[in-house]
Amino acid sequence: MKWLRGGGIVGFIIRRILLGLLVMFLVSIIVFASTQALGDPARAILGRDATPDRLAALQKELNLDQNVVGQYFQWLSGLLHGNLGTSLASQQPVSNALGPRLVSSIVLVILAAVISIPLSIAIGSYAALHREKGFDTVVSNVMLALASLPEFVVALLLVILFSTSVFHWLPAISPVPPGHRAWEYPDELILPVLTLAFAVTPYVSRIMRASMIEVLESDYVEMARLKGLSERTVLYRHALPNAIGPVFQVAAISLAYLAGGIVVIEYVFNYPGIGSELVDAVVNHDIPVVQALAILIAGLYVLLNLLADVATILVTPRLRTRL
Amino acid sequence: MSDRDVEVSRDEALALVAQGVENPPPGRRTNLLRRSLRLGRTKVGLVLVGFVVLLAVFGPVVAPHASDEFVGRPFSPPGGGLVFGTDYLGQDVLSRFLDGGLTILILALVSTAIGLVLGLAIGLVAAYSRNWLDDVLMRAMDVIMAFPQIMIALVAVSLIGTKNWVRVIAIALTTAPRVARVARGAAQPVIERDFIGATEAMGLSRVRIIGGELFPNILGPMMVEASLRLTYSIAVIAALAFLGLSNDPNGPNWGTMIQQNQGSLATQPWGALLPILAIALLTMGTGLIGDGIARTAAGIDRERGDE
Repeated sequence: MKWLRGGGIVGFIIRRILLGLLVMFLVSIIVFASTQALGDPARAILGRDATPDRLAALQKELNLDQNVVGQYFQWLSGLLHGNLGTSLASQQPVSNALGPRLVSSIVLVILAAVISIPLSIAIGSYAALHREKGFDTVVSNVMLALASLPEFVVALLLVILFSTSVFHWLPAISPVPPGHRAWEYPDELILPVLTLAFAVTPYVSRIMRASMIEVLESDYVEMARLKGLSERTVLYRHALPNAIGPVFQVAAISLAYLAGGIVVIEYVFNYPGIGSELVDAVVNHDIPVVQALAILIAGLYVLLNLLADVATILVTPRLRTRL
Repeated sequence: MSDRDVEVSRDEALALVAQGVENPPPGRRTNLLRRSLRLGRTKVGLVLVGFVVLLAVFGPVVAPHASDEFVGRPFSPPGGGLVFGTDYLGQDVLSRFLDGGLTILILALVSTAIGLVLGLAIGLVAAYSRNWLDDVLMRAMDVIMAFPQIMIALVAVSLIGTKNWVRVIAIALTTAPRVARVARGAAQPVIERDFIGATEAMGLSRVRIIGGELFPNILGPMMVEASLRLTYSIAVIAALAFLGLSNDPNGPNWGTMIQQNQGSLATQPWGALLPILAIALLTMGTGLIGDGIARTAAGIDRERGDE
């Protein structure tokens, strides 16, 4: 396995990309096979009392009249050319409805990341600097509770608090009308984004705290202090840059986790993203849409993990030498 | 007489085992649970979980009405003998709430248990093999983990159906890789220790080594992982019901109840609020217990480091 080593950073990135592609290839086989293994999709879609004509027509539409390998490669090459198949429910190409919904979901995830990651870094660092004191204890308990709650429970508790029962400040649902962009309705974005941010902050802040504690106890931070540098310089110039490495990893994994979190949260708020689309497709047995979204969400997940690995290597000098 | 050689090597092996126990025998490990109970958070967690479990188990016995009985007009506020009013169809909120916990609890427990056993087996075999099998198994786990848990469950439900076993298997299969990763990580340093080599010298079978020697030494991290996975399984089971994907569309189920009554949060909140609170208390409880065990285990490690 010598070819797996060497090549420095570039070699590492190339290997990670190849591994990512391999995972995606396996994922595509699984997604395809799982729809095949369950008998005739055409029959599953049309139900028990389908006429033979309609069955044959649908089988042809789904390319079921070819052999399995042929079907797979046809489907795969379609995917690679951006042709995600035709929605059975709307009879429209899957990619038509997908674009705006994907943008809406990405808006949610990016806003949640932009809010939660700096916040987590600040909370984690502050808790590490004042370890075992009031703030640290309170934060660790709150974060533990938040991390345990299912996202939809957090979402609904926020709805109860801010829109229906205690305060009446924000809309309880976020149904951005078709043809409009999510950011045209900032008040509708607040609760979904807050829910996503609450889902991620506990993990990232915990890692930041642990990483910061480790760095603060290291020799070079002590050295910097002994040199007589101000505490501020020690913190911002020496401690923070070294503590932040693991956070990239966890932040990206958390973002990838959000790719799953949006499924339920978009449904709670009736928000028109790919998550709520997946739920609709599942309820309607719209298999081409389910397939396309499964590939898409898995792709996002793999991509974010890959970026995390690369970012971690780039910001952590001591890891580079191990390549 | 030919036994003699074996006996000598066995004695040597036992001596090695005795030397090699910086790690306590399994008996002291099970103390972990009892020791973790000294922590306030574990107690609180246990009380929360105990409360919700009692509610879910004995609720159906004490429920005043049948869960599908119409007892009043839809969304009636509390009053007239109905402590929490009626839901969107005019069914008794209290009765449906008391009936609705058991399914979630059982499904979450069963799926977590299967996932734990499967994940442990895969993780320990991968760690112990120390060869290509390790790579193959863990890469396969990575592929499963390339999907968010809820998404695999959704796809499975959409393709196969909403039957209970489909959801249980989907959650078990997505729990296993995460457990396997933790089990493998915890087992790797143990395998490097002398006493595992000693057991190999004694000629114990692989199954005995993995089950009898390796497993007891990673109980700590596994208990933490178990409570964490249970927390997530409860969340996924409840979320699926909330998305309208449960066995019985009008069955009493906390997730289903929340979905059905979410629209009336402003006017008759109880139908959604009670199950929301119950799920929140339950998952916070399992989370607190897990954290208590994790802290206790970390404390024990630190003590041992000081010795």
